[in-house]
Amino acid sequence: MKKDTFEPYNISDNDFEQCVKCTICTVYCPVVLVNPDYPGPKQAGPDGERLRLKNPDYFDEEALKLCLNCKRCEVACPSGVKIGDVIQAARIKYGTKRPTLRDAIMANTDLVGTMASAFAPIVNTTVALKPVRQIMDKVLKIDHHRIFPKYSGEKFETWYRKHAAAKQDGFKKCVSYFHGCYVNYNFPQLGKDLIKIMNAAGYGVKLLEKEKCCGVALISNGLVKQAARQARHNVRALQKSIVENGHPVVSTSSTCTFTIRDEYPHLLGVNNEDVREQTELATRFLFRLIDGEKLQLVFKKNYSARVAYHTPCHMEKLGWSIYSTSLLQMIPGLELMQLDSQCCGIAGTYGFKKENYETAQGVGQPLFTQIEEADVDCIATDCETCKWQIEMSTTAKVKNPVAILADALDIEATQALWQQQ
Amino acid sequence: MKFDTVIIGGGLSGLTCGIRLMEQGRKCAIVSSGQSAIHFFSGSFDLLSRVNGQEVTNPLESIHSLPSEHPYQRVGQANIARLAEEAPQLLDRAGMVFAGTAKRNHFVLTPMGTMKPTWLTLDDFTSFAKNDKLPLSRATIVNLQGFLDFHTLFIKDGLTRYGVEVQVRNVAMAQFEAIRRNPSEMRSSNIAKVFDQGDALDQFAEKVNKLGKESDVIILPAVFGLFNTTVPAALKARINKPVVLLPAVPPSTPGIRCQIQLRQRFQELGGTHFLGDMVREGKFKGNRLRYVNTNNHGDIQLEADHFILASGSFYSKGIKAGPYGLFEPIFGLDVDGENEREKWFDKQVFNNQPYMHYGVRTDARFRPMINGQPVENLYAAGSVLAGSNPLKEGSGAGICLLTSLHVAEQILQDQDDEERYI
Ligand SMILES: Cc1cc2nc3c(=O)[nH]c(=O)nc-3n(C[C@H](O)[C@H](O)[C@H](O)COP(=O)(O)OP(=O)(O)OC[C@H]3O[C@@H](n4cnc5c(N)ncnc54)[C@H](O)[C@@H]3O)c2cc1C
Ligand code: SF4
Ligand code: SF4
Repeated sequence: MKKDTFEPYNISDNDFEQCVKCTICTVYCPVVLVNPDYPGPKQAGPDGERLRLKNPDYFDEEALKLCLNCKRCEVACPSGVKIGDVIQAARIKYGTKRPTLRDAIMANTDLVGTMASAFAPIVNTTVALKPVRQIMDKVLKIDHHRIFPKYSGEKFETWYRKHAAAKQDGFKKCVSYFHGCYVNYNFPQLGKDLIKIMNAAGYGVKLLEKEKCCGVALISNGLVKQAARQARHNVRALQKSIVENGHPVVSTSSTCTFTIRDEYPHLLGVNNEDVREQTELATRFLFRLIDGEKLQLVFKKNYSARVAYHTPCHMEKLGWSIYSTSLLQMIPGLELMQLDSQCCGIAGTYGFKKENYETAQGVGQPLFTQIEEADVDCIATDCETCKWQIEMSTTAKVKNPVAILADALDIEATQALWQQQ
Repeated sequence: MKFDTVIIGGGLSGLTCGIRLMEQGRKCAIVSSGQSAIHFFSGSFDLLSRVNGQEVTNPLESIHSLPSEHPYQRVGQANIARLAEEAPQLLDRAGMVFAGTAKRNHFVLTPMGTMKPTWLTLDDFTSFAKNDKLPLSRATIVNLQGFLDFHTLFIKDGLTRYGVEVQVRNVAMAQFEAIRRNPSEMRSSNIAKVFDQGDALDQFAEKVNKLGKESDVIILPAVFGLFNTTVPAALKARINKPVVLLPAVPPSTPGIRCQIQLRQRFQELGGTHFLGDMVREGKFKGNRLRYVNTNNHGDIQLEADHFILASGSFYSKGIKAGPYGLFEPIFGLDVDGENEREKWFDKQVFNNQPYMHYGVRTDARFRPMINGQPVENLYAAGSVLAGSNPLKEGSGAGICLLTSLHVAEQILQDQDDEERYI
């Protein structure tokens, strides 16, 4: 008999009633391992949901706040329960506490980024100063161990308009780039690297119409209405690019990509059906072209590096690390080692908060140890907050796979291949 | 994406197939929609424990008395005998040491305090040669204060029937107070995580050594060594009496460790492991499966020369039952089993349940069929197969390991044939 005649009945959005109470999720939750105050995915997720449906008083805000939303429980669950979604949806549905000033500041990466970029030299030196970090610790409860990523003076968008935009019209094929806050405010070089690769591959790179922050930090800090507003705005911008202009959208951040593809519909109720499939990581976009023999990348002959790949939680959930690692493995002279897939503990703004510092470092410890023991030149990873956390907690240097590819790519030779056609 | 073989399901069967093929230099990918039944592993792999309700002494001989549609009969007795030697070697190469032989079942103590025949037992646990007598007269059962998943009184009752004098003791440890604040989290894997690091194990051993001075053995729940493989040996070295570990309520600590070791072995050999992804459907050309699509990879297809279906039984949704009958949810393969609901069950719950025998129908080479036609390059292995009742027979892991090794051989042979042809 043919499949799934039965499936549509009686299934909730997050499949919570599919739970068979096997406790496998709890085995793989990185928080349970280090913080006994966290009840674990089974209790906080499907078990708690059953109680909350009976009586919302069972909602335990303080406990559920400890979830990193890493989704490693979902990856392990044999019954397909979207445990992380159940937990985050409960926080949205039942949460009553208003976000603190600190949470609101940290969540608004967009706004803070715009202001900080304008005053980058002052901000960078100020937030790096020890007394300032102590005050931030005391007043804002941002842990003083944390060093904020530096703000770049010129926003990526500004650079793009000045130096790159005009050239992009010369390409027959185009993609739009969802650069995210990190590239815009902290590290425009990654965006420049992406443009370099895409242009070499024969693709022009456009920007979206008024891209806004994907909203991941707004969601985790309880600013859901604002997150939904930004999500709707972004989906409209994606539609314009994908549906109207036929330009697929690529990103260099696994978290932005994951948030747009999955958290928008699952947590914010924002329909992204017509753009989801064509919103993806740049490495996946490139892999598909190469896999389908529509693109060939030529690399420098003298490139040599030893690299270890760290799988960010959202990459584990997306199942996409294979694309980034396959591209890296195509570089002759690059030796790739795969680190065990484990959470680094930062989870966006989570690890910056004073009350979470110990949990975050405890979660990341096995990864840090493995990194310190690995004999490599750099760590590759697709997530910017993993990069911060690893650089703050180890001696290693961390790069996005796109940055490594751009470094190793022989631009002229790659360009020549498709220009001949 | 192109592989030599794509395996659907990352349980004992899928991993066994994957390791075997990778060892022979084939490029494999495993797609698994979640963790598997090994997480419920008792500590022993069964080959054949009972036929027609009678306990089996020599599994290899007793295979004769199984019905002809049974997977063992279809693999063939000579093959089974050979593969049953290979299976523990494969496990050994993955870092797991098992004791036992297919020519004679040994016995293990169950958490009910009874003796059970089995084939291979992980070296965490204790094997006994006989089941009528235990080589001990006094035992101390030690549990952790607040751990409800280890039923000491059942064990005590059972052992008393063997004439063993039993005392039950509890050990309280400060390390577990934090976990105990939440009664439902005092579970074996959380306890094992505490013993995995630090000095909890030393402290525990010290306390136990004070309790069991008069006993021949110390009986403990198997909550040692989750991510750290050295813990069980360290425990036994620190306790100055022989230690007998007994399974606690799942998820099983040694089971999870085995799952991790198998997965690591597969990845160290160069295998690609996609966890948390689900194969949705396949695309056929004639009688050949060309590629499969998964949730995570979307339009990027997983192509392969061969495919293996190791998607498990009802528990793992390899086979499903709906109001209109039984079905295999990925490809809609032919299923052996009754479609009318009334025929699925025997009202006596402990009887041989018909549904336990249901599974995918395969040809002589273990290739599943669609409308009676075998798919040329698709094979099925493990608990997704029809024709056995693993629970009644005590044959679960045996069927998984041996059909998997057999299927891997079919594929290797198939490829050799093709190469010769070219
Ligand atoms: C609770 C329980 C306890 C057991 N204990 C023992 C024991 O102690 N000793 C013993 O000898 N036997 C035991 N057995 C028997 C058991 O059947 C086998 O031991 C064995 O573990 C089954 O392995 P498998 O690989 O065939 O299937 P499974 O372990 O069920 O694995 C199948 C895998 O396929 C995946 N999958 C299914 N559909 C898809 C899809 N569409 N796409 C991708 N992946 C998919 C599932 O997520 C799962 O991970 C037990 C069985 C159960 C259910
Ligand atoms: S792993 Fe899935 S089925 Fe098992 S307890 Fe967790 S949510 Fe429930
Ligand atoms: S999402 Fe991560 S932190 Fe939250 S319950 Fe799941 S595994 Fe634990």
